Amino acid sequence: MAIPLGVEALKVDGKPAWLPWRRLRQLGVMGLNERNADFILPYNPRKNYPLVDNKLLTKELAIQAGIPVPPLYGVIEIVHQIEDLSDLVSPYEDFVVKPAQGAGGEGILVLTGRQGDRYRKSDGELTTEEDLGHHISNILGGMYSLAGRPDQAVLEYRVKFDPIFEHISYQGVPDIRILVFRGIPVLAMIRLPTRGSSGKANLHQGAIGVGIDLASGRTFSGVWHERPIEEHPDTGGQLSGRIIPYWDEILAMTARCHDFAGLGFIGVDIVLDETQGPMMLEVNARPGLSIQLANRLGLLPRLRHVEALKSIPTEISERVQTAKTLARYTA
Amino acid sequence: MRGLHVKTLALLLVVVGISICWFKVTRLGLPLVPTEKADVWTVEARIEFKARHDAAVKARFAIPRLPPGYTVVDESFVSGDYGLTTEDDGANRAVEWAIRQVNGYQVLYYRIRLARDPSNQPIQAPVTLIPEVRSPHFPEALESAAKGLMGEALKKSADAKTFVRELLVRLNSHTVDPNVMLLRQGIGDEEEWVQFVSDLLASGGFISRPAHLLVLRDGINHGALKPWLQVFDGHQWVWIDPHTGELGLPEGAVPWHVGADPVLAVSGGKNIKVEFSVSQREQDRTLVAEQRARQMGSRLMEYSLFSLPVSVQNVYRVLLMVPVGAFLIVILRNVVGIKTFGTFMPILISLAFRETELVWGMILFSLLIFLGLLIRFYLEYLKLLMVPRLAAVLIIVIILMAFVSVFSHKLGFDRGLSVALFPMVILAMTIERMSLVWEELGPTEALVQGFGSLAVAALGYLCMSSRYLEHLIFVFPELLLVVLAMTLLLGRYTGYRLTELWRFRSALRL
Repeated sequence: MAIPLGVEALKVDGKPAWLPWRRLRQLGVMGLNERNADFILPYNPRKNYPLVDNKLLTKELAIQAGIPVPPLYGVIEIVHQIEDLSDLVSPYEDFVVKPAQGAGGEGILVLTGRQGDRYRKSDGELTTEEDLGHHISNILGGMYSLAGRPDQAVLEYRVKFDPIFEHISYQGVPDIRILVFRGIPVLAMIRLPTRGSSGKANLHQGAIGVGIDLASGRTFSGVWHERPIEEHPDTGGQLSGRIIPYWDEILAMTARCHDFAGLGFIGVDIVLDETQGPMMLEVNARPGLSIQLANRLGLLPRLRHVEALKSIPTEISERVQTAKTLARYTA
Repeated sequence: MRGLHVKTLALLLVVVGISICWFKVTRLGLPLVPTEKADVWTVEARIEFKARHDAAVKARFAIPRLPPGYTVVDESFVSGDYGLTTEDDGANRAVEWAIRQVNGYQVLYYRIRLARDPSNQPIQAPVTLIPEVRSPHFPEALESAAKGLMGEALKKSADAKTFVRELLVRLNSHTVDPNVMLLRQGIGDEEEWVQFVSDLLASGGFISRPAHLLVLRDGINHGALKPWLQVFDGHQWVWIDPHTGELGLPEGAVPWHVGADPVLAVSGGKNIKVEFSVSQREQDRTLVAEQRARQMGSRLMEYSLFSLPVSVQNVYRVLLMVPVGAFLIVILRNVVGIKTFGTFMPILISLAFRETELVWGMILFSLLIFLGLLIRFYLEYLKLLMVPRLAAVLIIVIILMAFVSVFSHKLGFDRGLSVALFPMVILAMTIERMSLVWEELGPTEALVQGFGSLAVAALGYLCMSSRYLEHLIFVFPELLLVVLAMTLLLGRYTGYRLTELWRFRSALRL
């Protein structure tokens, strides 16, 4: 797969600029304003937002597109249904409760097991069925949804993360975030929960972001609280040099997500299950920019490059190839 | 392409906004800063006469017409049951009061307010109709004396202006000229003197007419008009001092009436008297200019905010500042990158600060949020449904507000009463969101956003309470187009936010 534009031209040339904003431009770091004005607004049509903002809808579309997702156990739509909660989850030892239209990973409750009539949360604490019911009623009331709209609670399969992450993750589920622009993966990172992030894989809340080489699926070193880090602060595991399994499959999944969502600039979250392999968790129409810090690489050169492509190959494998070539040239 | 579109639109808005503003400043004289004061003279003419019971009464009174060097702020007539008409013949304006049947002493008032405005020199319409020389009416005996005097003056002059001066020098001279002695005999008051000079000029073939001025001096109570003289120099009428022959109007004088007709004529009345009173006052220039613009019949001002009732005006004085606050939010969020609770919540808080004042506002706001948060955390423990919980927070906020007011009143801080001006729904939502952020992202993030909101509200208050800005926006609401233009331009701003320079600082070190 040839790169039609001179990639050399995209590289930083000349001496480093002294003014910080000039320097960031040189490095191709993208700011929020630029993300919103030049990528989200032009490439993400508003009407397709519900497809990704509602996780039930996303799940359905993904299944149709042949993308593996965590199996759905049930949906709670009205407060009255909470009474039947124990019947609904009785076949399952563990499960996850999440708002269908939640934002920023808020309102997700991971239940790892049972103890009598209580449920064990991912942090090891026990919670009663009443507390769980209250959490669900909060979800239904719209506490975690955008603009406080009434919402649905989704009960689904709990991902048991691949042992590869055992030494570099503290509770919670590490997830892989891949930015996909016009159907071509452009940047990837893995988010590792820490003690500080209380099991959440959100960089704002103290998770570690580790950049991944798109071409090989090998991890770089990470950032934690916006500072470079080599080892996981809680487990001491080495962050860099780990190979993500199923890497090509993961890239292909994210490229497919673009097709069903109809959004040009998305962040796709992937988790690795120890038995079922990679599964798509959610698609984000307003992906954050910390991924640049995790990779220590500005997004703009790759984005501008993909933007300049006259046509995007329809074949998924070709897109994955393009992504890998791009990554090799602009590392 | 889109960028160009926005820029063109912004440019258009700026051009329109600035040009309307420019027009208002240069043509209508609206001041750009609120401190400017203008001298405003209030002149009142009091007309008094005794009505004859057997006849209809008609009073015709000359009134000023476009006085040079002044602008008419407003004009009013107090006329009771009288019918009122005004007319303008191009040289004079007059008001006519009429009534069919009236008894006893009658008092009519005419009041005009004038503001000094040296820039206002109405262009005199060129005199198209050359006035005719009227024949003087000297008694036989005086005619030769007049001729003698004129002969001398004519020889030493070139035109009407210099002739009048020569003539007056002779008339006023102390050397005993028999002709002058003869002529001056029997001239009583100034009125007759002007008439006499005018007659003399007429007999020399020069055109002149008597006139009346009002000299503006603060505190005049039973004043009268000052007779003056106008001479036609072949092109236009020129003011001339009937005593010294100096050209122009005296300082502080307003032409009231020109021509031979009387200033006041009353038919059906006797014991006619007119008195003038003058007083001076300082007034806000904006008001002066606005009233003046309306007098000029400017459409722009007719549909300005000044045409609204004062109470509504005061509402708009505040409302029009909201765009300024919104623009500030745009800058603080998209250029600086400060995080706040809710997009425009800080603006509503700063509007409340307008009433409570800054320091008190911030103390009361923080106090309410603090107490509200404590109670909100307790409610969390009760596991309530979301909407009832929000309603509960709202109710508690209002109860807290009442408590703060009552306690501060008891303690003698009346400022605490103004807590009632905080938008309580906004407070309730702020408490709710802050507690959510507290739980989800931790107390640090909650406090950062809380202080961010407070800082933005304080900045917004400082911006929105600026007298200069308020004046500018209220008097020139078209400047909002400029604010809109800048907002549109920032809508296409793709540069970094100031806080992002910090966020990506590790990238800078590479």
